[in-house]
Amino acid sequence: MTVFRSRIDPNSAEFAGNRRDMLALVEETHRILDRARERSERRRPRFEERGQLTPRERLARLLDPGMPYLELYGLANFLVDTDDRDKSIPGANALAGIGFVSGVRCMIYASDSGISAGAMVQKTGEKLRACLDIAREKKLPFIHLVESAGADLMQYQVESWARGGGAFNKLAKLSAAGVPSLVVLHGPSTAGGAYFPGMSDYVIGVKGRGRASLGGAALVRAATGEISEEEELAGSEMHATTTGLVEYLAEDDAHGLLIARDIVGRLAWNDKCPAPRRKVFREPIYDPDEIAGVVPVDYRKPYDVREVAARIVDGSDFDDFKPRYGATLVCLQAEIYGHACGIVGNNGPIDTQGAAKAGQFYQLCDQAGLPVIFLNNITGYMVGKAYEQDGMIKHGSKMIQAVSNMRTPKITFYIGASFGAGNYGMAGYAYNPDFLFSWPNAKTGVMGGEQAATTMDQVTRMAAERRGVAVDEDAQARQKQRLIDHFDRQADAFYTSGQVLDQGVIDPRDTRKVIGFALDTCWEGRNRNVQPNSFGVGRL
Amino acid sequence: MQPFNSILIANRGEIAVRVIRTAKALGYRTVAVYSDADADAPHVALADDAARIGPAPAAQSYLDADRILQAAAETGAEAIHPGYGFLSENDAFARACADAGLVFIGPPADAIELMGNKAAAKRRMQAANVPCVPGYEGEDQSDAALTAAAGDIGFPLMVKAAAGGGGRGMRLVERAADMDDALAAARSEAKNAFGSDELILEKAIQRPRHVEVQVFADAHGEILHMGERDCSAQRRHQKVIEEAPCPVMTDALRARMCQAAVEAARSVGYRGAGTVEFLLDQDGGFYFLEMNTRLQVEHPVTEMITGLDLVALQIKVAEGRPLGLTQDDIQFSGHAIEARLYAEDAAQDFLPSAGRLADWAAPAGEGVRVDAGVRAGQEVSPYYDPMIAKVAAWGETRDAARRRLIQALEDARIFGLTTNRRFLADMLAHETFAAGEATTDFIAEAHDAEADAADDDLAEIAAVLMFVVAREQALGQSLGVARGLLDWSSGAPIAARYIFEDGDRVLTAAGGDSYEVRNGDATRRIEVLALDVAGAATVTVDGRRQSVQFHASGPGEIELACAGRNRTFRNAAAFAGSADQTAAGGDVLAPMHGQLIALDVAVGDDVAPGARLAVLEAMKMQHDIVAEVGGRIAAIHCAAGEQAAADQLLIEIETDDA
Repeated sequence: MTVFRSRIDPNSAEFAGNRRDMLALVEETHRILDRARERSERRRPRFEERGQLTPRERLARLLDPGMPYLELYGLANFLVDTDDRDKSIPGANALAGIGFVSGVRCMIYASDSGISAGAMVQKTGEKLRACLDIAREKKLPFIHLVESAGADLMQYQVESWARGGGAFNKLAKLSAAGVPSLVVLHGPSTAGGAYFPGMSDYVIGVKGRGRASLGGAALVRAATGEISEEEELAGSEMHATTTGLVEYLAEDDAHGLLIARDIVGRLAWNDKCPAPRRKVFREPIYDPDEIAGVVPVDYRKPYDVREVAARIVDGSDFDDFKPRYGATLVCLQAEIYGHACGIVGNNGPIDTQGAAKAGQFYQLCDQAGLPVIFLNNITGYMVGKAYEQDGMIKHGSKMIQAVSNMRTPKITFYIGASFGAGNYGMAGYAYNPDFLFSWPNAKTGVMGGEQAATTMDQVTRMAAERRGVAVDEDAQARQKQRLIDHFDRQADAFYTSGQVLDQGVIDPRDTRKVIGFALDTCWEGRNRNVQPNSFGVGRL
Repeated sequence: MQPFNSILIANRGEIAVRVIRTAKALGYRTVAVYSDADADAPHVALADDAARIGPAPAAQSYLDADRILQAAAETGAEAIHPGYGFLSENDAFARACADAGLVFIGPPADAIELMGNKAAAKRRMQAANVPCVPGYEGEDQSDAALTAAAGDIGFPLMVKAAAGGGGRGMRLVERAADMDDALAAARSEAKNAFGSDELILEKAIQRPRHVEVQVFADAHGEILHMGERDCSAQRRHQKVIEEAPCPVMTDALRARMCQAAVEAARSVGYRGAGTVEFLLDQDGGFYFLEMNTRLQVEHPVTEMITGLDLVALQIKVAEGRPLGLTQDDIQFSGHAIEARLYAEDAAQDFLPSAGRLADWAAPAGEGVRVDAGVRAGQEVSPYYDPMIAKVAAWGETRDAARRRLIQALEDARIFGLTTNRRFLADMLAHETFAAGEATTDFIAEAHDAEADAADDDLAEIAAVLMFVVAREQALGQSLGVARGLLDWSSGAPIAARYIFEDGDRVLTAAGGDSYEVRNGDATRRIEVLALDVAGAATVTVDGRRQSVQFHASGPGEIELACAGRNRTFRNAAAFAGSADQTAAGGDVLAPMHGQLIALDVAVGDDVAPGARLAVLEAMKMQHDIVAEVGGRIAAIHCAAGEQAAADQLLIEIETDDA
């Protein structure tokens, strides 16, 4: 029992300034995310006219009210459709997240058909495949609310088609892994999209609206000259009576969702998982809300990451592992919502001692079966003669080796900088963390823009010096600024989230809750008994 | 002395329960009787032994003297307590008990018989110098004799059935010109209801109080009174609220009235518990009305101010033992008021409501007494009186008792059935009643059926409770989630829409057990301060605290009770896809349990909206079942004369537009 004593004064000007800056970024996050909602909402009259529910209403009806919901990839495709930060629509025309249906933790993926009729955009496939991977890994029944115009032929890209097939492959593997998938066919699913119902274990078709066919009436006419009616070509009723593709016929959207809830309830999914031992825990003594004022949005300003941890862990109580050895790499042992875990954070660049300490800590957590929370605020491993000679590469490699091969859950947050190999050693994107979220102030990349520009400046100057030519200071300054802009644009949390390099940007004050949700999800995934089979379930 | 060891209670409901309790407490073996409708009723469970006496209709069970005597023989019962109603004032039954060697716990048969005839009773009372309402109770029943007598008495006057009771066969006549019509109508009603068309006339006392005196006599010549009860708060001559003592009673008046009551009992050789009813006019004049030769419904208020157990005394007297009390032993303390809780809808002309009492818990509280014969989950059948319970409260003062009773009525847990409890609480709170000025005209003047449709925030509270109850249910089904994670979404808040009959409510969680509920442009902020998922919550609505009870009757349905007012909310969203079962969809359901006494249509008939399709009789009242939509009768699932359960599908109409 070591309750942390905070040195933060919530009444200080510094705290107020930090908080103002951070909340402005949180606001911006909401503003960007809301854009998709608002855009989709514009189509409400059309949905109502057709007796349909809007995509967000479908989600609300499907989910258990009041149970927690973790949104995933909400910013996917942001700044991909356009460079304009004020116009780009996030979400890739889909809503995804982990939530509860009839008390069962499920992965939910819904076409946001209020936007471009739910057409696939560049990052849609990646978002869907990532969700399918999580579903399989965490053994979450996969519920897909389908209403999609398919791919926009005007924006066809061969790689989207080639990679897109992976979704069906993953659905097949999911079924074989013993994790059921459900489709509620709210609207069209044509061509490739037709395999969403085709490859799912349970299909609920909404009468009059749900459609599945390899070619729509227009394509059929173009291909064969046959004139067909959409309902007889693709309608839910036809599939329920003639092809057997639809198992359950629903009167309308709402009915379809009630059926989906019933089906999930009847899986008795929670009978196949022991409930975790719920320990009594205390909320943090220091209010998680204060995180906004503790952390400066500029990663160059130092602060003690323990102040963040104290606002995340139970009772603000943790043990400091080797605090005087490799002091800038902070390792803590604590509990979050009663789940024991390790926490790693940064109070500066990682030195040789810090890397060795981290590698050992990862191995200890792995040995004890403890999940590790990575709070990334890392500008990188130390450089310089002394550090190189001290074996920085060797020690850093051990740390990366350890994080790569850890068997326990890894939950990563980009809470400031996450640069270079420091990102690797701290379980960044490529290290397959179980969950990965960013704070809106996060910057990620090979290095900071300033550092990259200064490095390039040095390289140019050294080359000029070797060639004995004068340096064009104007050109040099322009190149430096270009480089800074080039790096900073890509380092921005909203940009990287748009590239599906994390699972979303969260409000830093929600970090404890996100961890709690993620730890439960990991626990259930690892403890649930499933009945894998070789070929998945087919419609025989 | 005729001691016995076992008692058969020839009744049901709260009075059977009440009698069994005392009998058991005194060590007697108790035997309940039950009809098919009551096999699971509390009085049956409570008794040591029980016997089935027939099918549900009272005439074939609780009113069937032979079946009850047979039950007594089968179970070896030695005495019979008749309760009130049913066979309690049937002299033939009292005699039959004696013939069968059973002790009838009640007065001598002759006294029952005499008091059962209003005219004969009045003649006897006049002979005993008990003040009677000026009137005519002669044996000459010709129109001429009655009209002449009416002229002597003066108008307004009451025409009553001599064998009547409970307000039936009773008519107020304002003018001489209305006499002929009134006599004809009263005769026909009296003949139908009581089998005798003998009438009596009485001067109508303007704005009287109904005050009655409890008397008790033993076989050893002791006749005592236990003070009076004021039962002026009546609805169509049915007592609704009763109290003791009478708010305007003086010692002198009590002495005179009680003495008159004792004399009345003495004049008929009375034994056991009896009640002498008087009308008390505004000048302190009182007039004999009738004598009830049984335990009264409202006896608890007397027990509460005297500390006596009247049932125990009844048993004592029936065994031939002396009362063991003198008049001086009977002292009055404080004030008691009783309200009769009925399954009926005060807003719809007190239409009886039968069905399932989905939840019930008697209120508790200082000085509160509840006599109930129901349990949670029980069907309140249409065959018998729809009284669910009697709720009574005692206080040092009348106001204390009154306030406690209002509180108790509001605290009672009653779900599934419409009851008159808000009406009762409103009447108790009414300034006229509060001032102790209620006369028999009080309820007719004070009751405002419209007042029940109050403007409140119950729909918003209902949305929040539906949300929270569903959440807790999901939480229970899950493998567990830390409470701190509830009502949280990492993305945009997820709005829940509740589709109620009077409009949608859109709810979003606002953190910390708070919710914003939007109804059109109006938004209410509701915080749940305390919640018991079993059905009680304390919430604040825009900062104002309210306590509500609720019963989540099924998915998408919740009934709320707040300050004694119940309302049911149905979320159409939870019933998506289910066939349209409303009348507008052409399905006609029975509005309540009852007997279908007429069927006006046949398959293939065309009906217009509003056309009468059938008539359902429930609780002695007839209800028209009308078509809400026009169309053709597609199917009929019932026949005239059959019993229908509430919500049973009766008729299907193929609508015009279908």
